[in-house]
Amino acid sequence: MSAPLARTDARIPGALEKRLRARRDDGGKILIAYVTGGMGDDWLDAVRAVADAGADAIEIGIPFSDPVMDGPTVQEASVRALRRGTTPASIFAALAAAEVGVPLAVMTYYNLVFRAGHRRFARALVDAGVVGAIVPDLPLEEAGGWSEEADAVGVETVFLVAPSTPDERARRICARSRGFVYGIGLMGVTGERAELASTAREVAGRLRPMTDTPVCIGIGVSNPAQAAEVCTEADGVIVGSALVRKLLDGGGPDAAADFVADLRAGIDAV
Amino acid sequence: MSGPAGEEPSAAAGAAGATGGEPSVMGEPSAAGRFGDFGGRFVPESLVLACEELEEAFRSAWADPEFHRELDDILRDYAGRPTPVTECPRLSERLGIRILLKREDLTHTGSHKINNVMGQALLARRMGKGRLIAETGAGQHGVATATAAAYFGMECVVYMGAVDTERQELNVFRMELLGAEVIPVHSGSRTLKDAVNEALRAWVARVGDSHYCLGSVMGPHPYPWMVRELQRVVGTEARAQCRAILGGADPDWVVACVGGGSNAAGTFSGFVDTDAILVGVEAAGGAAMSHGVPGVVHGMMSYLLQDEVGQINEAHSISAGLDYPGLGPEHAHLSAIGRARYATADDEEVLRAFKLLSETEGIIPALEPAHALAWVVRHAGNEIPLGSTVMITMSGRGDKDVAQVRELLT
Repeated sequence: MSAPLARTDARIPGALEKRLRARRDDGGKILIAYVTGGMGDDWLDAVRAVADAGADAIEIGIPFSDPVMDGPTVQEASVRALRRGTTPASIFAALAAAEVGVPLAVMTYYNLVFRAGHRRFARALVDAGVVGAIVPDLPLEEAGGWSEEADAVGVETVFLVAPSTPDERARRICARSRGFVYGIGLMGVTGERAELASTAREVAGRLRPMTDTPVCIGIGVSNPAQAAEVCTEADGVIVGSALVRKLLDGGGPDAAADFVADLRAGIDAV
Repeated sequence: MSGPAGEEPSAAAGAAGATGGEPSVMGEPSAAGRFGDFGGRFVPESLVLACEELEEAFRSAWADPEFHRELDDILRDYAGRPTPVTECPRLSERLGIRILLKREDLTHTGSHKINNVMGQALLARRMGKGRLIAETGAGQHGVATATAAAYFGMECVVYMGAVDTERQELNVFRMELLGAEVIPVHSGSRTLKDAVNEALRAWVARVGDSHYCLGSVMGPHPYPWMVRELQRVVGTEARAQCRAILGGADPDWVVACVGGGSNAAGTFSGFVDTDAILVGVEAAGGAAMSHGVPGVVHGMMSYLLQDEVGQINEAHSISAGLDYPGLGPEHAHLSAIGRARYATADDEEVLRAFKLLSETEGIIPALEPAHALAWVVRHAGNEIPLGSTVMITMSGRGDKDVAQVRELLT
C-alpha cells in the first residue's frame, strides 16, 4: 500500500474530520453509525446509546419521500418517520436539545436542501449542532451552490466515490470532500448483504493513496466480520441498514448499543 | 452552475432563460444538461459514469447516418410511420375551429412511446447492452419497451407501481406475453414515481449490462434531450403534413397533453420556430407546471408537486399516464421563457371530450390526449377565436381505457 499523499491545500479540518483523524492517528479504525431521524419515539436515545457504545460519528438520516439510493430497510425507516410527522425542522429541534458527545452529520436528499434554500439549510444545521452533510443525489457537478454555503458556515460536506468512478474523477471528489470520503462499497443501494462485495476493499485501496482525508466505506457493510474485513484497507466503515434493522425490529437503544459495541470490537481487532 | 442564489429557490429558478450557452430554443441543452435553469444531472455517484457513457453513445449515434437509417427503417416498417394528420370535419363544425389530429394512436403498440423505445433499444444494442430496465405508469411505456426488447431479442424488466399493476392488469399480461418480467413496486405511493425510484435503484445494481429505457423527457441528462430528439419525428412529420393540408401555412395553435411531456416535446420541436401558440395540457390532479414549484427529483431540476419542506406529493387523475408529480425540465424552461404555455383539464371535461371525439370522428382517444382535446373544447370560440386552426397530438388510442371509462360513465 502506498503512503497517503501530502495535502496540497492548507485548510483546517472541521470538527468531524478532526475527530475521525484523531481516531486514525491513534492507530484505530473509524466507526460511523447511521440512524434515521424520527423513526420511533426513542430514536434520539438510540443515537446517544450508539455514541456511548463506540461510534466515532453518527449520520442522522432526514427522511425523504423518494430515497433513490436507499434499499428496503432505510426506506421502511423513512416511511415510519414520515408517518410520525417527522420534518427536517423536528429533527433539528431534537438534535439541538440533545447532548450526543460525538460529531453528527445529516444524510438526506437534495430536494429538502434546495427547498429550504442552501443558506437557510446550512444555518439550520449549525443551529442544531450538526457539523456534516451527506447528500447522495448531489454529485460534484451540481454541488457548487450548496458547498459554498456549507463551507461558509463550517458544515463539512462529505462526497461519495463509487466503484464505477474513474480515478481522475475520484481524485477530484477526494479533494472536494470534507469530514471524510465516503467510499461506496458496492454497485447498489443501501442494505444488508450476506457477503462483503469485493468492490468494498478495492474502492478503499484505490482511494487511500489519493487523499489524506479519512476514507470510510459504507453500503453493504452489515456485521462485525465484514466491518473488520473492510478495515484491512479502509480507515473506517459506515454501518446503516443493519443497525436500522435492529431498531425496526423493536430492539430499541439497547440492541443498537450492543450491535455497535460488537462492530467496535470487530474493527478494533484489525 | 445555477441553483438557489439566496433563500428563495423559486425566485432563482423563475429567472430561467437568462443563462448563457443556450444555442437555440429546443436545440441542445448546455454541457451540464440544462435548459435554462432546469434539467441537470442529480444522480448518485454510482450512476454518473453511466449517464456520461449514455450521453456519449447517443451523441455518436445521433451523428451517424447509419444509425438514423436503421431507426427510420424500423419506424417505417415496424412501427408504422409516418402517422397521418387527420382532418376532423364534424368536430370542427361543432366547435367552430378547424381541428387536425396527429395520429400517434395509429402506431404499433398504440402510442407515441414506440418512437422512443425503438431508438433507445437500438442505442442499447450499439452500447453492447442486452437488458432493458423500464418504469411504467399506465403500462404504455412498459408495453412499448417489452415490444422493443422482443424485437431486438433483449431481456426486459419493467417496474410498475402495485396500484397500477392492479388497475392495468391487462397491460401487465401484455408485457408478460411479450417476454418481459413485471415487478410490482410496493414502496412509497406505489405508483409511477415509485416505479421510477425502483428502476433507478435497479439500474445502479446492474449498470454494467443494463440500459435504463426511461419513458419520457425527464430524468437526468441526457434523457430529457435524448427522448425529445427521439420524439422529434412527431413534430417534424406533423409540420410538413399540416403545411400540405393548410396550403403552406402552420396551425395557429398546437396542443398536446403533458405527463412527463414526451409527446408534447416531440410535437413542439416541430413548431417551436413557427408562429403557432404551443399549449401543454396537464391533468388537473397532476399539474406540476401549473401547481408545482421548482425542485429536484429523479435526477432533474424541474417543477414538482411537493409540500413546504420538499417531500414529493402524489398526483391523482383518471389518467394513469399523467399521474406524475413532475414534468420534463425543458417544459419548465419553455414556460419560463414564454414560448409555451401550460394549462390543465379536469377529469369531468376529459370524459366529455373522450366521448365527443368518439362520437363525432370515430376515434376513441386515450385519456391522456383527451386532456388536450378537453382544453381545446373549453376554449373554442373564446380564447381560441372561431375559425382558428388547431393541431392536437393524439398521443395514444383509447383501447386501454374503455373498461375504466365504462365504469366512470355508468
